Amino acid sequence: MAVARRRRPLRPATVARIAFVGFWLLFLLIPLYWMFITSIKPSSDYLAVPPIWFPDEPTLLHYTAALYAYRGLDGLINSLIIATSATILSAFFGTLMAYSLARFNTGGQHLSFWVLSQRFLPPIAVVLPIFLIYRVLRLNDTHAGLIIAYTVFTLPVSVWMMFAYFRQMPGSLEEAALVDGCTRWQSFWRVAVPLAVPGIVAAAVFAFIACWTEFFFALILTSRNAFTLPTVFRAFLGFQGALYGEASALAIVSLVPSIALGILVQKHLVRGLTLGAVRG
Amino acid sequence: MANVRITGLHKRFPGGVVAVRGVDLDIPDKQFTVLVGPSGCGKSTLLRTIAGLEEASEGTIEIGGEVVNDFRPRDRDVAMVFQDYALYPHMSVANNIGFGLKARKMPKAEVDARVAEAARMLGITPLLARYPRQLSGGQRQRVAIGRAIVRSPRVFLFDEPLSNLDAQLRDEMRGEIKRLHQKIATTMIYVTHDQIEAMTLADKIVLMRDGVIEQQGAPLELFERPRTRFVAGFLGSPAMNFLRATLEGSGQELAVRCGEAVLRIPAARADGLAARTGQEVVFGVRPEHISRAHGPARAGLVPLDVTIDLIQPTGSRTYATFLLAGTEVMAELQAHDVEGPGERLQLHVDMNRAVLIDPETELVL
Repeated sequence: MAVARRRRPLRPATVARIAFVGFWLLFLLIPLYWMFITSIKPSSDYLAVPPIWFPDEPTLLHYTAALYAYRGLDGLINSLIIATSATILSAFFGTLMAYSLARFNTGGQHLSFWVLSQRFLPPIAVVLPIFLIYRVLRLNDTHAGLIIAYTVFTLPVSVWMMFAYFRQMPGSLEEAALVDGCTRWQSFWRVAVPLAVPGIVAAAVFAFIACWTEFFFALILTSRNAFTLPTVFRAFLGFQGALYGEASALAIVSLVPSIALGILVQKHLVRGLTLGAVRG
Repeated sequence: MANVRITGLHKRFPGGVVAVRGVDLDIPDKQFTVLVGPSGCGKSTLLRTIAGLEEASEGTIEIGGEVVNDFRPRDRDVAMVFQDYALYPHMSVANNIGFGLKARKMPKAEVDARVAEAARMLGITPLLARYPRQLSGGQRQRVAIGRAIVRSPRVFLFDEPLSNLDAQLRDEMRGEIKRLHQKIATTMIYVTHDQIEAMTLADKIVLMRDGVIEQQGAPLELFERPRTRFVAGFLGSPAMNFLRATLEGSGQELAVRCGEAVLRIPAARADGLAARTGQEVVFGVRPEHISRAHGPARAGLVPLDVTIDLIQPTGSRTYATFLLAGTEVMAELQAHDVEGPGERLQLHVDMNRAVLIDPETELVL
């Protein structure tokens, strides 16, 4: 039976929703667009009135300047090494500690709270002592120094995220593995960890973003060698005015790993969600 | 294959909860033993202690004559089926079943052969490549059982394996578990709170309450000769009726008085009761031992005139409730024995099967 389908008129609520989402997108995307456009504008167009929405002669000059003259590329490589290493270490130790807290109630409630309390200290309270310790240990301005610092500072959040994850995981899975023939260690690696991958990934993403954008510790603990990407931006605010083009170019470059990570991780997070849905 | 012997077992949890307090239990080889009791009675803790998932606070656990208190779960050679099945969500059915064998470093060819055999036995061969999330409840249950039988352990442990299934599937799986036991004849210990599961499956029932064993024995022994009021009330559905009553008479001529009604006790059962005449007792009678009076009463059947208050037909039987001395009593009558509420009937109470209970000690007299 053929029934003619009439298009229903848009309801006011729908219109309002579309308008709201539209404005929100503009609010989020215009700064990004402006950053991108500034990175390819000739210097004379930065502050032109009226604003120039697309330059007549796009240029990549700012990119080469930011990456080579201002050593942005070195900063990028350092940042990748340091953030990746710290993220892996933080996820590894965070998973171990969170499992211990969640399954064995290690240290009662005090230890788990103590872990979180590490975040109560303002960074400025610890950075100078660390600087002095590192001077003795010759860790200032080294990759290792910043990796250790970042691992320590991202651990509390990693531990707490993973703690919550292991808590809601039914213990009977590992118990089944124990009875089946696993040691505790095997039941952890072969049952608990594979099931906790979404949680581990989420914690790792948080840790990576925290390391990637960290400025203060990098500023104090590094100088010519192990400096990270965020510290490079200092150079663009000089006595002779701001280098908007170079700053924007480097900002665009610094976005690339974050976006790549986001795309990579999304798949894992979604897969993890469906994996979790096996009960009853 | 092995027997399990538990001696003086106590289990205290940190925080002061005592789940098991002094259990001595012999679980015979190759038999199906059911631990049953209300929730919180310690039956699951007892099972988990046998598995090695909980440590005994006191006492010993022997499997096949060997004290296993200090053995890790993997070294006890037991298999366990969990209430939520505990299938590994990230592994296929075949890997779920073979996981334990692989963890024990069995050669792959043998693992595959054993998995195939277990799957064949349970009729889940077509499911081997699937993942647990793609299975129905009954299929998951079969996989969980497959994971247990593939290892040919000395003892099987079941922790309320059917309680997550719907009623029809539960009946079906119950039959399959019993058939499985007949086929592989290994010691099985089964925990449930469902007395029907306990009665139908068990060679031996261990009824627990508050961390101790209330009574153990063959199902019919517990059903017909309960030692305490708790056992009498726990087994049987609908549950046994309990009435406050007084013991009257003397010598062999004893009777129970409930309000106006006087129910004569058969002489054969009057031994030792004479000393209690005049005392209060609890009179217990199962609904199926109260029937509609057709003709004269046989020996031991005592007539009782009642007014029916409520009827609940189930098809094959009709549950009829009436008031006796202010207490509701349920009788299980034949389908057409009773028309409806308000009807006056003469019933027969089978005094051969009724029990008298000391209200103080709750022990059956």
